[in-house]
Amino acid sequence: MQATDIPLDMTINLTVNGARQAITVDVRTSLLDLLRERLQLTGTKKGCDHGQCGACTVHVNGRRVSSCLSLAVMHDGDEITTIEGLGTPDNLHPMQAAFVACDGYQCGYCTSGQIMSAVALLKEPCGPDDADVKELMSGNICRCGAFGNIVAAIQQVRKNT
Amino acid sequence: MHTFEFVRPADSATAVATAAQANTAQQGADVRFVAGGTTLLDLMKLNVETPARVIDINRLPLDKIEETPDGGLKIGATVRNSDLAHHPAVQRDYAVLSQAILAGASAQLRNMATTAGNLLQRTRCMYFRDTAMPCNKREPGTGCPAITGANRMLAILGTSEHCIATNPSDMCVAMAALEATIHVQGTNGARAIAIGDFHLLPGSTPNRETVLEPGDLITHVTLPPPVAWSRQVYLKLRDRASYEFALASAAIVITVAGGKVTWARVAMGGVGTKPWRSPEAEAALVGQPINQASFCNAAEAALRDAKPQSENGFKIELAKRCLTHALQMATA
Repeated sequence: MQATDIPLDMTINLTVNGARQAITVDVRTSLLDLLRERLQLTGTKKGCDHGQCGACTVHVNGRRVSSCLSLAVMHDGDEITTIEGLGTPDNLHPMQAAFVACDGYQCGYCTSGQIMSAVALLKEPCGPDDADVKELMSGNICRCGAFGNIVAAIQQVRKNT
Repeated sequence: MHTFEFVRPADSATAVATAAQANTAQQGADVRFVAGGTTLLDLMKLNVETPARVIDINRLPLDKIEETPDGGLKIGATVRNSDLAHHPAVQRDYAVLSQAILAGASAQLRNMATTAGNLLQRTRCMYFRDTAMPCNKREPGTGCPAITGANRMLAILGTSEHCIATNPSDMCVAMAALEATIHVQGTNGARAIAIGDFHLLPGSTPNRETVLEPGDLITHVTLPPPVAWSRQVYLKLRDRASYEFALASAAIVITVAGGKVTWARVAMGGVGTKPWRSPEAEAALVGQPINQASFCNAAEAALRDAKPQSENGFKIELAKRCLTHALQMATA
């Protein structure tokens, strides 16, 4: 196959945290890099960049995904929600408030991914026990080891909703 | 990452025609389909995959799960793993498939990964993933450093002197036990491939992993009608409790009457160079009483041809115990 006259950029339309926008991107741009480098939504973190840590978790059309393993150009027309679209410092999402109340973090690097995963989990089939939560949160690694408090925060929200 | 042309075909026929220009559908392909992207993007970042053209099939109408006229199930190529695992018909009639999918990856990745993509999931062998190392699968003829290197995670069944890479899929193991059929649209029309014939043993060409040719687009997978009164289990053993590839796994579909096994399908994961159906274990089970001795005999039969490497000899005993325990669970 001849690799000549290749358009390196493509324009896509997507809705990020409720705002619809047209963006021209290099086709190689991951959804994660689009959010962080182009839209300055740096709450979403890059950990491993290979789908192994969960720090980059965002919602696409309401479902959690690893934004590092997705090309931005695959998301033309999609609705993206990041941690910035969940709550604000003055008006926290209940999951954000629960992470604060339960001390569900130490360094904070994995936290936005943890919270995005946890919010998505509320709408997924999940058993009632801590073990069920742990299983469905296993894609989010916390090197500080705040797992116990993260599970407590999620269970607190589940019991109150 | 090398750059590429990104195309979104209007229909499957265009996708096939575009992909038909590829040099190969195997390792080194200059045209790739992308669906979930969880394998392809990972390998493109590592320069293990360097396609000049990427064909996005996500908007093709291949995302349905439907019952077939014969009472089986038709699963579209781009059905997400999470949707498949939670589908009521799968949970009711093909529980082993639901269990296997939910034992793999993470919730995020299962929301992305697709049926067809999982069928084409690539090995996690660290030498394959590292372009600084030789690898017969990635660059034919360069050698296999895994045979004398770090091979704890690698295969004990179906290996060759050229490659000992493990097939990492859980979904495919369940599909092997369920005798799934893979449906492909190609330049010469549609064809159906039994899952047992779909993946290839490495032999002297480990770069060839499936029977797919340029232009071949997996459109869907069909499962035969559920086997009446069958009991099904997927058991996965790994280094940590979740979000880890199998050291050994077993998929069991079995029927029992009068305390004896009347019919069985057995497949294993984490131990083979392809999803490993074991007709030897099945033959050893049928007609036998459901007890520990029968199950141990079946496990011995399944692992009879296992060939350990320097670091993974433990897998032989682990796989036997995995199979035995899965049979106990299925028949309890």
